[in-house]
Amino acid sequence: MKKIYVNEEWCLGCHLCEYNCAFAATGDKFMSLALKDKEIRPKIHVEDDGKIMYAVSCRHCEDAICVKSCISGALSKEDGIVKIDKDKCIGCLTCVLVCPYGALVPNEGKAVTKCELCTDNKCGEPACVKGCPNNAICFEERG
Amino acid sequence: MKLKEGQIRIPSGCAISAVISREGKRMTGEKIIESMKPMHDRSNGLGGGFAAYGIYPEYKEFYALHIFYDDNTSRHTCEQFLKDGFEIVRAENIPTRKHKNITDEPLIWRYFVAPLASVLARMQLDEKEYTARIVMKINTEIDGAYVFSSGKNMGAFKAVGYPEDVGEFYRLDEYGAYLWTAHGRYPTNTPGWWGGAHPFGLLDYTIVHNGEISSYDANRRFIEMFGYKCTLQTDTEVITYIADYLMRKQGLTLEETASVIAAPFWSTIENREDKELLKYLRCTYGGLLITGPFSIILGFNGGLMALNDRLKLRSMVVGEKDDKIFIASEEAAIRTMEPDAENIYSPAGGEPVIVRVKEGVEL
Amino acid sequence: MSINYIYPEYEVVRNDARCIRCRVCERQCANEVHSYDEERNLLISDEAKCVNCKRCVTLCPTHALKIVKSDCRFKENANWTDDTIREIYKQAESGGVLLSSMGNPKPLPVYWDKILINASQVTNPSIDPLREPMETKVFLGKKPDKVKRDENGNIICKTSPQLELSIPIMFSAMSYGSISYNAHASLARAATELGIYYNTGEGGLHEDFYQYGPNTIVQVASGRFGVHKDYLEAGAAVEIKMGQGAKPGIGGHLPGAKIVGDVSRTRMIPEGSDAISPAPHHDIYSIEDLRQLVYSLKEATEYKKPVIVKVAAVHNIAAIASGIARSGADIIAIDGFRGGTGAAPTRIRDNVGIPIELALASVDQRLRDEGIRNNVSLVVGGSIRCASDVVKAIALGADACYIATGALLALGCHLCRSCQGGKCNWGIATQRPELTKRLNPDIGSQRLINLMTAWKHEIKELMGGMGINSIEALRGNRLMLRGVGLNGKELEILGISHAGE
Repeated sequence: MKKIYVNEEWCLGCHLCEYNCAFAATGDKFMSLALKDKEIRPKIHVEDDGKIMYAVSCRHCEDAICVKSCISGALSKEDGIVKIDKDKCIGCLTCVLVCPYGALVPNEGKAVTKCELCTDNKCGEPACVKGCPNNAICFEERG
Repeated sequence: MKLKEGQIRIPSGCAISAVISREGKRMTGEKIIESMKPMHDRSNGLGGGFAAYGIYPEYKEFYALHIFYDDNTSRHTCEQFLKDGFEIVRAENIPTRKHKNITDEPLIWRYFVAPLASVLARMQLDEKEYTARIVMKINTEIDGAYVFSSGKNMGAFKAVGYPEDVGEFYRLDEYGAYLWTAHGRYPTNTPGWWGGAHPFGLLDYTIVHNGEISSYDANRRFIEMFGYKCTLQTDTEVITYIADYLMRKQGLTLEETASVIAAPFWSTIENREDKELLKYLRCTYGGLLITGPFSIILGFNGGLMALNDRLKLRSMVVGEKDDKIFIASEEAAIRTMEPDAENIYSPAGGEPVIVRVKEGVEL
Repeated sequence: MSINYIYPEYEVVRNDARCIRCRVCERQCANEVHSYDEERNLLISDEAKCVNCKRCVTLCPTHALKIVKSDCRFKENANWTDDTIREIYKQAESGGVLLSSMGNPKPLPVYWDKILINASQVTNPSIDPLREPMETKVFLGKKPDKVKRDENGNIICKTSPQLELSIPIMFSAMSYGSISYNAHASLARAATELGIYYNTGEGGLHEDFYQYGPNTIVQVASGRFGVHKDYLEAGAAVEIKMGQGAKPGIGGHLPGAKIVGDVSRTRMIPEGSDAISPAPHHDIYSIEDLRQLVYSLKEATEYKKPVIVKVAAVHNIAAIASGIARSGADIIAIDGFRGGTGAAPTRIRDNVGIPIELALASVDQRLRDEGIRNNVSLVVGGSIRCASDVVKAIALGADACYIATGALLALGCHLCRSCQGGKCNWGIATQRPELTKRLNPDIGSQRLINLMTAWKHEIKELMGGMGINSIEALRGNRLMLRGVGLNGKELEILGISHAGE
């Protein structure tokens, strides 16, 4: 299946992916209206130590440890995508603790959020991929 | 002021026609004149002409120069100039008959000449090159004189008027030729200068042409590198020079020449067996590729070559009967010459039709 | 000196209603114009550092930014313009030669814009390139004077080496060093894909790019940087650079700061040392010396590769070109005074040389007058900006065009003309790794391919309109051009008539 991959060589650390991700989740028409004075909780985040930059998001692991560890059955796999049922999530953050990539994002008492490859919004293809200025984030099939 | 050919470039539409006997049998001009009548609307009365091959057998060793003069002053100047380089064995008016539609005629003379051996030796030129240079010199430098035919045992006849009238004017019914070509012209504007009519000739090469080539200036500027001067700014003139350059100076065959001026598309060349040769020719003589519509009949001593542009943007059909091959802009013209003409077909764009008088026939 | 006389040239206008504080402007500006004040939650700008490269404007996801020319101007003066005054202040402060980049920006005549192209109406048909073949293939190199036949009468189809181009456009010389590895990768990959050529410039050829050799022109310039046997053998043609349109008569200078890592290795000079190309080739003080270098290079490459001689368009260009044509060169490249550069003294860039249109017209005519036009191909550059410029150049007599500024624009260059600073925000004219990575060659090469494909379509449309279906029939076809608003002398030099004639 097609997944999001990041080519570290081309990641500029511009963080635009984070904003595009956050914007996509709002369903709003204008980014300025949607994100002005808001704290964003993107489901992709850029790791940046000043030398190496790398955008990280859910890898939709084959044998996803988050799904296995979810105590409320909120996390499940659908067509290869790790999805979260927000009504079932009790906010225990077990998944946040077990995910080796930090791909699940706590959400202040509410349900955890995570990347569902923009199948949970009207974006079509993943917003981070579409908005990456340097083709560092790709959405493709890899063996 | 109206500008004549040479001062301005005048596009024209046209009718062309030709007949050749592969046996070298002589035909009078009547048939070829007739052939132009059904194509009357392809001309507009501002130019018509003919080329006839094999008409001067008694003078076949001599260049037959056909010259228009504005007046006797230019004639004297020109004759004086000719005498410096040629032996003139005969000089005369070209016989004409009065015709109501042909007016404002210039002085029309013909000379049978041979270049002086001493001059050729001094200039280290062969006689063709020398004669060609002199023709171009007269046409560019002697005011009021214009050589419109300069081959051996052949001649061009042309005037302002419809071609059928021009043929009668020049009494072409009294000449016998194994090859006739004819042209009716539809210029878009012209003061009606006789020199601007077709065929255009240099030595024994004559061209009748229907079309307006879009490559004109590319061709002109290329060919002018090699001593030609395109004084008339007409397609026919530049195509004649291209033919002369490629065949006489570069020694290309007719087929090779056709592959230069109507070169196959690169995509075609890729799939041809002789692609190396075609690529070489196209690459070497790129400046002589002719684009835009044309159908031409190139006449020369012993034969003709008919050729369309590679997109076939002008009509041209070929037919045959017995020893004769007919070529014309329209089938109607062929049918006029030979109602029973056979194997009529339309050659493909860029496909040369080459017809030669059989070997061994005395011309 | 405590006072800076120079007021910032540009203003950064930030629409606060749109700004979401994503800070991409701050992260992307190598000039450090933007900064974020966390306490006040504000993005602020130090406009004195802004070069108007528009990287921030382009990346701002909410279009909150624009850069405008400051209207804080000097008192109006038609003679002492703002630029002139500013340059005086700069020099009064620095005591140095002014440096500039890219092409001459002065309002000197652009003859391309005063030449119009013909189209067929009635008397002959225009040709639809969507329905009929329309050929743009060009061969560059010396053509034979006379056919030779073997004993059987067959033509011997052997010519001097030729470069085959799918369209009459090549990417002009830009050295690795003056532009980045990724810029070179983009050019090399695009040229290969397109069936054209790019040019190494005087910076050698990075070993990674030897694979693109069949579409590479390797340059030999006065500093001889990066020239060795394998390099010469790697390319499809060798270009001797005698001059450059942006800076005729002077050499080049790539500062030591840019001679790092692979650039140093590729140029074969120590890291950190300035790469100084002398003004002349010190083995070419005359035309007969050029002939020796031409033949040395031919010997070195076993006469398998055409040799290009590139010169700047200067006053006596017709005679110079004629001399080059007789020196064994297969191709002459002429670079007009609007040609670009990674760095040149401003006075030279803006005042030396002549327009390429006039140079081309006079060279083509001179070579024809001498009957040697077919012995050599002509390539022109120095601000070919679009497909119609290409068509006009071919109709004036060029075999092909060189483009460089246009190619860089395709790669993202915004013509801020600050290459000499080495902080190109678009990752082109820089060697800083954090900046060079901004140009992903996957994107860069595709954009170049797109640009050339678009031009090819436009060239075909223009040709078809003229009733021409092969580029050879356009070459030198000046009847297809008319001038507008040109004086008699200009028309005479261009060899074209005025519109209406």
